[in-house]
Amino acid sequence: MSRTDQPHGPLVDLGRERPQVPARARNLSPIVPRASIAGRALVAVVAIMTFLASITTGTVLLVSASAAEWQSEVASEITIQVRPAPGRDIDRDAAAVAEAIRAQTGIVEVRPFTREESAKLLEPWLGSGLSLDDLPVPRVIVARVQPGTTLDLAALRRRVTQVAASASVDDHRAWIERMRSMTGATVIAGLGILALVIIATIISVSFATRGAMAANRPIVEVLHFVGAGDRYIANRFLRHFLRLGLQGGVIGCGVAMLVFGFSESIAGWFSGTPVGDQFAALLGTFSLRPSGYLALAAQAVLIAAITAWASRRTLFATLDDID
Amino acid sequence: MVRFENVGLRYGLGPEILRDLNFQIPAHSFQFLTGPSGAGKTSLLKLLFLSLRPTRGLVNLFGHDVSLLGKDEIADLRKRIGIVLQDFRLLDHMTTYENVALPFRVTGREESSYRKEVIDLLKWVGLGERMDALPPILSGGEKQRAAIARAVISRPHLLLADEPTGNVDPTLGRRLLRLFIELNKSGTAVIIATHDITLMDQYEARRLVLHQGRLHIYE
Ligand SMILES: Nc1ncnc2c1ncn2[C@@H]1O[C@H](COP(=O)(O)OP(=O)(O)O)[C@@H](O)[C@H]1O
Ligand SMILES: [Mg+2]
Repeated sequence: MSRTDQPHGPLVDLGRERPQVPARARNLSPIVPRASIAGRALVAVVAIMTFLASITTGTVLLVSASAAEWQSEVASEITIQVRPAPGRDIDRDAAAVAEAIRAQTGIVEVRPFTREESAKLLEPWLGSGLSLDDLPVPRVIVARVQPGTTLDLAALRRRVTQVAASASVDDHRAWIERMRSMTGATVIAGLGILALVIIATIISVSFATRGAMAANRPIVEVLHFVGAGDRYIANRFLRHFLRLGLQGGVIGCGVAMLVFGFSESIAGWFSGTPVGDQFAALLGTFSLRPSGYLALAAQAVLIAAITAWASRRTLFATLDDID
Repeated sequence: MVRFENVGLRYGLGPEILRDLNFQIPAHSFQFLTGPSGAGKTSLLKLLFLSLRPTRGLVNLFGHDVSLLGKDEIADLRKRIGIVLQDFRLLDHMTTYENVALPFRVTGREESSYRKEVIDLLKWVGLGERMDALPPILSGGEKQRAAIARAVISRPHLLLADEPTGNVDPTLGRRLLRLFIELNKSGTAVIIATHDITLMDQYEARRLVLHQGRLHIYE
């Protein structure tokens, strides 16, 4: 644009005064000084937000992984109860039902529980030292279904009730449905928290950017003076915010990963206690798979990108107001 | 190169401080803009630099009606204009050298391609020893010379200078005037706002005189 594009002689001729030109670069100062941006607060905010987001995502991943594990385990099993009926020998009924189930295609393993084993199952509710002879305790038979096959449940039911009218077949479907809806609720709650965290991040970053622009208004004006366009000016600021966003993201995500890494051993200390067992039941082993850690890292990068984007948006909006 | 038609300017709801301005600035021309303090010299320079918009009338710069320009186009036009304001507007966190090199730097040019030119100019305006100093420790006169060097370094098509010799002694004032004259000879149109009669007497040039909001031209 300026006439320096065309060849020309020196503007000033210093004659013998001409200085030796040093070889070293002299443009060392950044155009927007780093110290002029209140960076530490922003790094802290982004770090906290990334940490919260990582914990949320990690928990959702753990819950859905252990729920899926449960479901596949439970779905591959059916339970048959044979209830005692007046005038019938329950041991014989149980044996006949077990035979009938074995004959069904798709069943790979049948395990009838003996009287003593059935009593053991009831022990947590009824206490030990109970004589089963006094109680009409149903007999339980667990059958394992060939994975990948869909069992003809109606046929099985027919066959079972033929040999023992008091027997009932349970494929745990209702229970699985409940599990599924609980997992779904956890995922939705997680997504809700993530959305809130991201909105809070955008708001904080916009405030920080506006503050930095206000503090550096004289610089922006001078840059306008020397003919710098808004894009050039915005990029001077943006590189700071990108760095701050990445710093915060790395800190927050790193701490969250450590939490997940150590939680396994922490869970170990609590195992055996009721609380520890509850959490273990809900979250499985606490250990994220490698792909889970990868998801957390990707999320941290995403938050850094959101930081840069929010900052950029605010920069251009603010630059429109400054002349 | 610059054409004003019936231009008027007022600040807010105040009186019109510039009225019915009709003039042209030809390319390669040299002129003093003068008038008593408060006459509107600075305001007129800001109109020329597009940092003020006229409240009425037409301003045409480099063939563009400035009322139709977007921000990016204004930025591009400003790359062709050098301006020295009374408050210098140097960046305090940058050395004198970096301040003067700024117009090159924002165009993305490699530093090695202009380093020599910047250093030569700094020596010429007497800032050779102050190249690595930060503006806060420069004297008023040194800041003024740094601001002038920044305005002329990229050899703009149009140079606007507001009281450029206000803070320097007469000898240095003559040297700076010579710099402006050299710049003008190499093709830049120059407008120097001043009320320094001795400065104007040193060089035969067109005079634009602001008086009570109106402009009188003495060729
Ligand atoms: N930003 C502003 N807001 C309101 N009035 C202003 C502003 N800048 C200048 N003025 C007024 O405009 C008039 C011309 O000012 P200025 O252009 O600085 O004159 P000069 O440079 O010739 O001394 C003065 O009366 C001044 O008070
Ligand atoms: Mg003035």
